[in-house]
Amino acid sequence: MLKKTEVAMNPSELIGSRPVRPDGVPKVMGLAQYGADYELPGMLWGKVLRSPHAHARIISIDTSRAKALPGVKAVMTAADMPDQAFAYQGPERVQLNFWHMTRNVMAREKVLFVGHPLAAVAATSQAIAAAALDLIDVQYEVLPHVINVEEAMRADAPVLFDNLFTRGVEPVPDKPSNVTRINEIKAGDIDSGFAKADEVVQMSFTTEPVHQGYIEPHAALARWGADGQCEVWSSSQGHFVVRAYTAKLLGLNVSDVVVHPAEIGGGFGGKTVIYLEPLALTLSRLSGHPVKMVMSREEVFQATGPTSGSSMTVKMGVTRDGKIVAADGVFKFQAGAFPGSPVMNAAMCAFSVYDLENARAVSYDVVCNRPKAAAYRAPGSPIAAFAVESVVDELARRIGMDPLELRLKNAVKAGSPTIWGPKHAHDGFRETIEALMNHPAYKAPLGPNQGRGVASGFWFNGGGESTATLHVNEDGSIALATGSMDVGGSRASMAIMAAETLGVPYESVRSTVADTASIGYNFLTGGSRITYATGMAVVQACQKVIEDMRARAAMIWDVDIESVVWQNGAARPADPSVGDFAPLTLKDIAAKRAVTGGPIVAEVAVNAGGQAPGFSTQFCDLEVDPETGAVKILRYVAAQDVGRAIHRSYVEGQIEGGVVQGIGWALNETYIYNDRGQLENPGFLDYRVPVASDLPMIEAVIVEVPNPNHPFGVKGVGEVNIVPVMAAVGNAIRDAVGVRMTALPMSPPAILAALDAEAVSA
Amino acid sequence: MAKHHVSTTINGEPVEFLCDTSQTLLDVLRNELDMTGTKEGCGTGDCGACSVTLDGELVCSCLVLGAEANGKAVQTIEGMAAGSELHPLQRKFLEHAGLQCGICTPGILMAARELLKHNPDPTEEQVRYWLAGNLCRCTGYNKIIEAVLDAAREMRGESHA
Ligand code: FES
Ligand code: FES
Repeated sequence: MLKKTEVAMNPSELIGSRPVRPDGVPKVMGLAQYGADYELPGMLWGKVLRSPHAHARIISIDTSRAKALPGVKAVMTAADMPDQAFAYQGPERVQLNFWHMTRNVMAREKVLFVGHPLAAVAATSQAIAAAALDLIDVQYEVLPHVINVEEAMRADAPVLFDNLFTRGVEPVPDKPSNVTRINEIKAGDIDSGFAKADEVVQMSFTTEPVHQGYIEPHAALARWGADGQCEVWSSSQGHFVVRAYTAKLLGLNVSDVVVHPAEIGGGFGGKTVIYLEPLALTLSRLSGHPVKMVMSREEVFQATGPTSGSSMTVKMGVTRDGKIVAADGVFKFQAGAFPGSPVMNAAMCAFSVYDLENARAVSYDVVCNRPKAAAYRAPGSPIAAFAVESVVDELARRIGMDPLELRLKNAVKAGSPTIWGPKHAHDGFRETIEALMNHPAYKAPLGPNQGRGVASGFWFNGGGESTATLHVNEDGSIALATGSMDVGGSRASMAIMAAETLGVPYESVRSTVADTASIGYNFLTGGSRITYATGMAVVQACQKVIEDMRARAAMIWDVDIESVVWQNGAARPADPSVGDFAPLTLKDIAAKRAVTGGPIVAEVAVNAGGQAPGFSTQFCDLEVDPETGAVKILRYVAAQDVGRAIHRSYVEGQIEGGVVQGIGWALNETYIYNDRGQLENPGFLDYRVPVASDLPMIEAVIVEVPNPNHPFGVKGVGEVNIVPVMAAVGNAIRDAVGVRMTALPMSPPAILAALDAEAVSA
Repeated sequence: MAKHHVSTTINGEPVEFLCDTSQTLLDVLRNELDMTGTKEGCGTGDCGACSVTLDGELVCSCLVLGAEANGKAVQTIEGMAAGSELHPLQRKFLEHAGLQCGICTPGILMAARELLKHNPDPTEEQVRYWLAGNLCRCTGYNKIIEAVLDAAREMRGESHA
C-alpha cells in the first residue's frame, strides 16, 4: 500500500531525511496563528461591498446612510486611496501596472466582474458591518459583458477598457480592444519542419478557469498608527511583496509598513497578490482603530485567483521513426478583468521538454468580465501541456510507438535549444522518463474500460532575492531566520541545510520566518525558489559563521586561521603540526564569544541565479464507466527530477499534492457562469476539489540529478508536478474508451457526450 | 440585540458565554472565546476545517449555532493533547508529514479521532471515506491516510509497521 520508489543518493545523514518540522507541534495543537487568528485590542471588523454586475459604469456611491448606522466607524471607497499612473513596469512576462492593481483592489470608474469590490466598511461587529453594506447606495449603468476568451476577442465584443490598445503588434492599433498583448516566439522554420513530417496532428483545446482552492480564505488585520506607522498581519506567499504593493497603493514609504507573516493556509500562487491589506489599512486610518477583514469562501471564489481559462490550437509533426520535426501553437488565455494572464509562460513552456529545431508559439492575453487571474502552480504551463501532450500522444498512436519511447527520443538535455532563446542548461528530463520505463507497473496489464496515459511537463523554477540570518546562541544552538514564508515545510528544509553545513544536530537549529522589519528583503515564496535561493542564503550564512568560528578558534589557540579546519561541528587543527589542541565545538566557541569578538552572527543576502528547471513525467491508470462517464483513478505514478531532496517527505508531499490538484482540474473543477455573468458555483459543494475517497495513493518517484549551482544540488520541487496531469488523464481516457477529450474538465457528462458522439459517428 | 446565555463544557472545562442567536458555534469559539484552533474554510459545511464534537458527535461547527451548545459538551483541537503530551494522531501526523500548510489539520485530527473511536482498525478505504468530508488542498491525502493508519496501529498496541 505505501509505495515509494526512490532513486536515491544520499551522501549525508540529514539531507534527504524526514525530521519533524519546527512549526509542526503548534499546528497539530491548533495553536499556530493563521491570517484570521490574529486580533488586537479595540479591533473593528471590516467588510467589502461587491458588485452584483459583471460590467457596469459606476454613476454614484452614496455611503451616508451606512456611515450613520450606530457601530459603523468608517466607510471607504476608491476615492480614499490615491490613483496610480498608467504604466507597465517590470520584466515583460510578469509586468505590473498599478493603475490596474488599484482598480482590482477597489473599482473606480467601472465594475468589471461580479464580486468586484467598490466600497468597504469598518464596524464594531461583523453583524453591523454586514448591515452597513446594505445601506450603501450605488447607482450603476449596466453594460454588456463578455466572459469567454474567443468572444472577448471578437471585433464587436464589449470593450472593458478605453485605454487598452493591443501591445506587441505593429503598428499600434488605433482602436481599444480586449486583447491586451500578442506575443510570438519561434525557433527555426516550422514550414520546412512540417514538410519533413510523415504524420501531422492538429487539434484545438479549451480549458476552464480553476481556483487554487487553498482552504484558508484571505484575511488581514491592519493598524494604521496616528504617526503614520502601519502594521499588517496577513497570510501571503511573500510579506515583503505585500508590503511593497500595499505601500505603493496607499502612497506610503515602504518603511512605513511592517508586515508580519501569519501562517499561511495554502496559496499555490494565489496568495502572491493583495486584496484586503490596503482596504484594512485605509479603514484603520479613517477609524483610528485596528481593522480585521476575512473573506468568505464565496468571496474567495468570486474575487480572487483563479488561473486562466484558455482556447488553444496545437499542431505537431513527426517522422515515422519518431522524430518530432515541427511544432506550432496558438494560446489564447483569459486574463480576467485586468491584463496579465500567464500566457507567455505557457508559450515558453509549451514545447520545452522536446528538442525541436522548428517551433513557434503565439500567445494572446485577453481581458474579460471575470476575476483577475492569479498565479497557480507553474502558471500557464499545465494549460499548454494539456494541449501539447495530448497531441504528442496522438503522434505516438499514429506511428505506433510507446509514448514514453517517443518522449525519450525527443527529450531535451543540457545543450538542447529552447523556443525563447537560451539553450537548456540542465539534464534531468530523460531521467524522469527512464524512471517510468523501468517502473514495474508501467507494463502491467489493464482491464476493460481501463487505460494508461503518459505526459510530461516543464517549469522554469525560480531564483532571486533572499536573505538569511544566523545567530549562534551562547549554548551553541542556532537561531536561523529567513524572510521566506513557509508554505510547505521550508522551515524544516532550512534547518536541515543549516545543520548539515555546520555539522550540528537538526534539533539545535531553531528555524523561523522574520517580519519585514527584522530581516533583509526576500522575494515571495513562489516559482519553486525557496529551497534553492533562500537555501543558498542559509548555507552561505553558515559558511560565514564557520569562517568566523575558525578565526575564533585560531585566536584561542594563537595560530593562524589556515591552521584551523571545521569538521563535524567543531574547529580542529588542520594537521598535527599545528599543535595538540582538543577540538572546539560550536558550543565551546560560543561560550567564549565575549572574549573572541562578541556575538556570532552572519547575515547573507543573495540574488540567486543558476536555478535548474523542473521536469516531470507521469503515468495514470484509470477506468471509465461507460454508463455514466465517471472516471476512477486506479494508479498514479509521478516521476520528478528534484535535483536533491532535502526533506524527503515534504518533497513527496509536494508531488502528491500537485498531482491531486491536477486530477481535480482534469476531472471536476471549473467555474460555471450564468448569462448574467454571475458565478454559479462559488462554494466547495459545487466547486468540487478532490476528496480522500476519490483517490488512490499517489506514487512519487523522486529522481535526483543534482543542480551544480546549489551547494546541495537543489532544484525547485513545488510546481512542475501539476503540469502533466490533465494531459496524462486525458490520454488515459483516450486509451481506455477511444475518445479524445479536448476540453477541460473531463467530467462525466462531457465524457458521456463524447462517447455518444463516437457511437453515432462509428 | 439581546444575547443568549449559554452554559457548556469545552474540553472538559465549564464555560459560559453570551452569543447572538444567529452566531455559529465556530464564530463563538473563534471570536468570543479566542479558541482559534478550529478553522473556517468555507462556513457552509463543505470543508471540514471547523470539525469539533458536540456530546461526542462529530459536527461542522459552522453549521451549529452557538446557542445549541447549551448544556452540551464540546471537544475541540485545543483539548486533544493531554497537557503537552500529544495524542498519538498528532504525533503520527508530524512523523508522517501529514500536514503541509496545516490549516486542514485540526479538523482532520478531530475527524480521525472519532473514526478511531468507532473503528480502531480501519482499512485504507474506510479512512478515505471517513475523511471524505475534510478537504486538504496541499497533501494529496497520502500522508494523512498513512498517519491515521499508523496511529491506529499504535493505539491498538501493535508495533510499528
Ligand atoms: S468551515 Fe465548517 S465545514 Fe468548512
Ligand atoms: S495541509 Fe494545507 S490544506 Fe491540508
